[in-house]
Amino acid sequence: MKIKFHHIIILAAMLAGSSCSKLDNIKPPSTTLKGQLMYKGTPIGVEYNQVPFRLYQTGYAGNTPITGTFDQEGNYSVLTFNGNYKFTIPGGQGPFQWKELPSGGRDTIAIALTGNQTVNIEVTPYYMITNSAITASGNNVAAKFGIQKIITDATAKNIQTVSLFVNKTQFVSPADHAAEADLDGSAITDMSNISLSVAKPTFAITQNYVYARVGIRIAGVEDMIFSPLVKVTF
Amino acid sequence: MKKILGIMGFAALLTTGSCKKDSDFLTVPPKSVITTQTAFSDPALVLSVIGDLYNRQKDFSSLDDGWATFADFGESFPSDNGAYYFVQNRNWNYGTWAIWDYGYIRDLNLFIDNLNASTQLLAADKARFLAEGRFLRANYYFEMVKRMGGVPLITKTLTYDNSGNVVGLQIPRAKESEVYDFVISEAEAIKGSLPTDPSEKSRATQAAALAMEARAALYAGSIAKYGATTPQVSLTGGEVGIPASMAAGYYTKALTAAQAIINGAAGAYKLYKVLPNLSDNFAAVFLDKSSVNQESIWVEDFKALAGKTHGFTTSDQPYSVSDEASDAGRLDPSLNLVESFEKLDNTFAPIPTKDGAGNPIYYTDQQDPFAGRDARLGGTVMLPHSFFKTAFIDIWGGYLLADGSILSSDDATHLAKLPGTDALVQVVGKDGPTPTGEPLRTQTGFYIRKYIDPTTGSGRRGRGSDVNFIRYRYAEVLLNAAEASAELGDYATATTYINQVRSRAGLTTPLVLTGANYFDRIVHERRAELSFEGLNLFDMKRWRIATKVWDGNTESLADLTSNIGAATKRNTQPWGLYPYKYYNPGNANNGKWVFREVLPSNVTGVLNFRLGNYYSQINDGIITANPKIVRQPNQ
Repeated sequence: MKIKFHHIIILAAMLAGSSCSKLDNIKPPSTTLKGQLMYKGTPIGVEYNQVPFRLYQTGYAGNTPITGTFDQEGNYSVLTFNGNYKFTIPGGQGPFQWKELPSGGRDTIAIALTGNQTVNIEVTPYYMITNSAITASGNNVAAKFGIQKIITDATAKNIQTVSLFVNKTQFVSPADHAAEADLDGSAITDMSNISLSVAKPTFAITQNYVYARVGIRIAGVEDMIFSPLVKVTF
Repeated sequence: MKKILGIMGFAALLTTGSCKKDSDFLTVPPKSVITTQTAFSDPALVLSVIGDLYNRQKDFSSLDDGWATFADFGESFPSDNGAYYFVQNRNWNYGTWAIWDYGYIRDLNLFIDNLNASTQLLAADKARFLAEGRFLRANYYFEMVKRMGGVPLITKTLTYDNSGNVVGLQIPRAKESEVYDFVISEAEAIKGSLPTDPSEKSRATQAAALAMEARAALYAGSIAKYGATTPQVSLTGGEVGIPASMAAGYYTKALTAAQAIINGAAGAYKLYKVLPNLSDNFAAVFLDKSSVNQESIWVEDFKALAGKTHGFTTSDQPYSVSDEASDAGRLDPSLNLVESFEKLDNTFAPIPTKDGAGNPIYYTDQQDPFAGRDARLGGTVMLPHSFFKTAFIDIWGGYLLADGSILSSDDATHLAKLPGTDALVQVVGKDGPTPTGEPLRTQTGFYIRKYIDPTTGSGRRGRGSDVNFIRYRYAEVLLNAAEASAELGDYATATTYINQVRSRAGLTTPLVLTGANYFDRIVHERRAELSFEGLNLFDMKRWRIATKVWDGNTESLADLTSNIGAATKRNTQPWGLYPYKYYNPGNANNGKWVFREVLPSNVTGVLNFRLGNYYSQINDGIITANPKIVRQPNQ
């Protein structure tokens, strides 16, 4: 049999028709819930991918949460469906305290999601970095900043180290850095005026700028708290 | 007439045949299924039932569970394209190392129930099988509590009554101490029913029960003692964490159980001292399956050409002596581990590569830098120019030229010309390490020796190896006894136990344990003796130093070569030590070896043990099915 051109057309049309016959019957999630970690309106910087959160949707069988982590500016974002959610941060995570319930267990923030929404998460950090200024000074990256102790009651914790991290990309953390300067918590004399300085690292491909931020490691707490990221140009 | 008779006869036959009742006709005992009653009437059949239960035990590192179960933790580098995640990831997921096989627990409980109900077995057989079933159950609970903390302690078969209500089946987590208490009390209860024969290795013996008890009590004691340093890692209900007041009680139990093996009450166990070369002797502890080996107590056994083998040798044999082309060299011990083996005068030092002035040291023999050390180094690790099977292995990274540059290639068959010559020569070892980080050959400059089978054909995929995996052995019992006595303040007794293990490894200068040095010394001794035996992670966890050893910071060369022998020394990135052949005709050092510390190029991550890793995550599916389960801390 000779294959004719219009046979191919008909076959293609049939194939195309059959593949369209059934559309997916569930719409994809389209509601964005996002926000940022805050203390009295000041964002809290953390390490990328290290501080997790949980989002439970009530009204369904089972209690498997949506999980995610904050980015290094403390932002989170979830694409989901409308509904009633409860937001919480698991125990022992983050450089801050989260409200515990008298019955034991962690407090939750109720979120009724009916459309795109921004919900900032208010937490109480152990410390805050104030007035941080990171600048180029000769061939060094120099940081000046102060530390404010927020939690002063019986649950207060000491500073283990303060560190200045420098990296070639915007990801700056203990895991991702090219240069680091440390100061022991016990060596801090004036909490309102701390200076750290480190030589500008060299990279395989030269660039005249680096990214830097300072962080506080708190004794007995896993996650560090960071100042905002600064691009330092030489 | 004849015809009628015939028909009548046929009809009569049909009628009688059809008289059988339907139920009789249809109820035929199946020939492929053995009923519970039959199975539990004959010791040979019970043995095959418990054989399956033995096979389902879980080990952290297991020879038939893949070479990768031995990798990780900075002790080795995984030289396999599919396994670089070990050295490239930043975190262990909270769910890593989790186990939750309550199907297995149910089968063990069923086995015990069925055995109790059986009437046709001899009393002695029944008692032994019962003790074995309880031993396997206790050992599996021990495996779970090490990873998960307190778990639901189910010691009966649970039955669902079809009522739609499952509340009665939802059992909350027991306290962590209760699970350890269960393991200890089960061992005490069953030990009298188990044989005391050191040649019985693949089935439970009295010594196996006591070794399990000693290890469990020691773990519980150290969690109680050192858990106080990490108060965040605990739950108010005691599901995770043991009160510090219980430490002394557990250490005493651990010591008593270990001493019951040491004094010979459970059979004549002793350290393996057969071969004159102490490194070969240490390697043979894991290879010798004969009754001469009275060190191994309980093993997972294998048998070649009989269906139960494993591919550990295939995966990890040296590349140039491989039985299977390009299937080799995956598990490469790191320099971190190699340099931790102490010198014969009981001191620690890095492998010397530079003299005091910072100039490289030129060695005549590739094995010279490793001379004068703990014999277990050569027994655990194949050093450059070791002999294996039929040949010396060929480990070198290239030629170091007079101008300080390095001439090398990505494969030993890719030749190059040395300066001033015209002939093409081999410029890198057949076994690596290559500058491009070629997989399946060493990337640290070392190969693993422990468990590697020297039998002909053991490296072939088809045949496999039948080296057994030792779950409990006498040397660990001695170290458990040493640690327990030291923690109880009896350093003299601890010293005698630890020195027995050390003198077997050639460290004959006696060590004296004191309150100041015992912790570092015991941590080090367990690492030297028990590396790649699946105990490292649990040791680091129970001493609560995992967060310090794997602290998420990069390991610089200065970190690597300082503080060797300290318990909390950083071990976050596996380093290598590459030998280079010096090429400088006319120079006195021409043809000698220079060694350099190298961080393999594939190591881009840093090990970071988070507080939430101390106890593996119980997944949300389990918590959904049983809301009484409380979550782990810090996750």
